[in-house]
Amino acid sequence: MSRFTVAQQRHNRRVMVLSLVYAAVLMAAIYLFKHQLVTGAAAWAAAILPGLATSGFFVLHGRYLMEEGDEYQRMLQTRQLLIGSGIMLTFAVVWGFLEGFGLVGHIMAWNWAVIWLVGVGIGALVNVIVERKGA
Amino acid sequence: MTNRLRVLRAERGWSQQDLAERLEVSRQSVNAIETGRYDPSLPLAFKIAELFGLSIEDIFTSPSSQG
Repeated sequence: MSRFTVAQQRHNRRVMVLSLVYAAVLMAAIYLFKHQLVTGAAAWAAAILPGLATSGFFVLHGRYLMEEGDEYQRMLQTRQLLIGSGIMLTFAVVWGFLEGFGLVGHIMAWNWAVIWLVGVGIGALVNVIVERKGA
Repeated sequence: MTNRLRVLRAERGWSQQDLAERLEVSRQSVNAIETGRYDPSLPLAFKIAELFGLSIEDIFTSPSSQG
């Protein structure tokens, strides 16, 4: 029997597909801008699409929470997302003040999504540690 | 919240996986409930009680009665 619930298996498949879509959209956008192939509305669309693809990961996490029938797994996922969100918000606000006081350089806002994903990964690690500790 | 889940399961010769399948939850959920790391919701507590043919109070100890 799989160590993943049915909802987790579905979620993992969706994340893999979305990762491929995100990579394709990002590479296409970089190519279009690098070769100056888009201007005006097309440039806006090409620049926005990678961000929209990234937001799909947030949607998938929410969808998984809705579909997971195992309440304990739902609690673990909620904790994982809260840890990830807490880490990202802490980094964002601390960096914002540092930047505001001229102590660090500017970083592009899409980095916060990357930090959120790293934070969610740390949340998963916390869950594994808590699971092993109590087993 | 303490409970007698491990004892009741052992009396029937069920593994955590067996119980998990009967309750339609993951093995981790059964482990978390048995070790007191997770208190089940009322619907799941009823499901557990019905599976063992007992009342919820026969399986789970009320925190207020633990002193």
